Amino acid sequence: MKPESVVSRTQETSESGPLAGARAFVRATFAVVWKDLAAEMRSRELISAMLVFALLVLFIFNFALELDPKTRSTVTAGVLWVTFTFAGTLGLNRSMAMEKDRGCLDGLLLTPVDRSAIYFGKMIGNLIFMFLVEAIVFPAYTVLYSANLFNLGLVFVVFLGSIGYIAMGTLLSAMAVQTRTRDILLPILLFPLTIPILIAAVKASAGFLAADPLPEILSWINLMVVYDVVFIAAAFMVFDYVVEE
Amino acid sequence: METKPRLLNVLDWVSLVLFVIATGMVFFYAPTEAIMGQVQRVFYFHVATAWVGLLGFIAAGLAGIGYLRTNNLKWDNASLAAVEISLIFFAVAIVMGSIWARPSWGTYWTWEPRLTTATVTELIYAAYLLLRQGLEDPERRARFSAVYTILGCISVPITFVSIRLFRTIHPVVIGNADAAAQGGFSMTPAMFQTMMFSVVTFSVIFVALLWHRIRLGNLADKVEQLRLKLAQ
Repeated sequence: MKPESVVSRTQETSESGPLAGARAFVRATFAVVWKDLAAEMRSRELISAMLVFALLVLFIFNFALELDPKTRSTVTAGVLWVTFTFAGTLGLNRSMAMEKDRGCLDGLLLTPVDRSAIYFGKMIGNLIFMFLVEAIVFPAYTVLYSANLFNLGLVFVVFLGSIGYIAMGTLLSAMAVQTRTRDILLPILLFPLTIPILIAAVKASAGFLAADPLPEILSWINLMVVYDVVFIAAAFMVFDYVVEE
Repeated sequence: METKPRLLNVLDWVSLVLFVIATGMVFFYAPTEAIMGQVQRVFYFHVATAWVGLLGFIAAGLAGIGYLRTNNLKWDNASLAAVEISLIFFAVAIVMGSIWARPSWGTYWTWEPRLTTATVTELIYAAYLLLRQGLEDPERRARFSAVYTILGCISVPITFVSIRLFRTIHPVVIGNADAAAQGGFSMTPAMFQTMMFSVVTFSVIFVALLWHRIRLGNLADKVEQLRLKLAQ
């Protein structure tokens, strides 16, 4: 190899060093996302299970709470979030169990990419499934209970709340699948740690549905943003230890 | 076979003596509160046990960080010890709080921020024990436990803020006034001294128990190793 080409090459890498690293990280992350989406496109087992489960929960609530128009206005936010939470747990469990059972996780860990890229890949994948379920539950709820949920603020709250819930859930599901009691363990680990974001999400959703003034809702939104940022950062730092062999 | 360290013996006796003095102070030194009467005396140990509970959970989180940095299983042992002790002390604090709440708030249980946060914290660390039960490999168990205690330590303050926000925005309709204001009282110097003394006493007891529990953990490890050796 000619010496000058070596020089130019090292210059190139030193120039775009950090940026190239970031680009590789993003590429690795989206490769994992793409893998999950492709697998789901073929089997459709995760999304269909989550969806049927979510609709069942909505039906059960109808009979359990006697959702007449008067009660509906006060409990809608709660019903929605319980539905999302349960369906989300189902999806999180399945998504990690799939990796573990077929030995895919070991394969993923062997790839020469940053481990946190795997975390973010799985997280974004789970988030997409969660959003899909939410996108179907919203109109379903609207039709079943003739309550209009199409409110830009509410969509934003669901977006923020789902991010925090899935960020924590992806990390904990990676732990739960490696235990003996994995199917029952995830909700037990996940629910007490996600109480703050669920409280905030329910209150903010209820606020938007009741058309409360924005300043009243703002503190809940701030809380959700804080939760999202703090736990995404925490997961980024500790994920290595969770998948280490 | 190692014998019980001398300092630990001393610590046991110091804990016992301090505990007796603290009990005496609660009943004889601190004055009876004018409005709530005798039941208010539960307050001193209530604060002290809650303090120890909190201390233990923070210690568990720090031990978790220690484990992840050093990979030394001693830290894991310490973390488990701290969580176990804290679970008990926090439960005691919640029960004492209920005993106090019944006459002064008129109910054993209210969704008050501190009370609710304490209970959520108990649930987090109960989940911690379940997580440990599901893992056999000691290294992995230590790693996961460390991660979970750290997440718990971050989550508890956020939970507290969220529940407090929940209460301040949401007016208290049931009950005739703000729940936090009811049962509040101003402390006399003797009351304050009793409270601080109880806190110090329970901190010493905590250290003694922690030491015992870590020793127990080490001995259990040793027994396990000997058993494995015999089986071979």
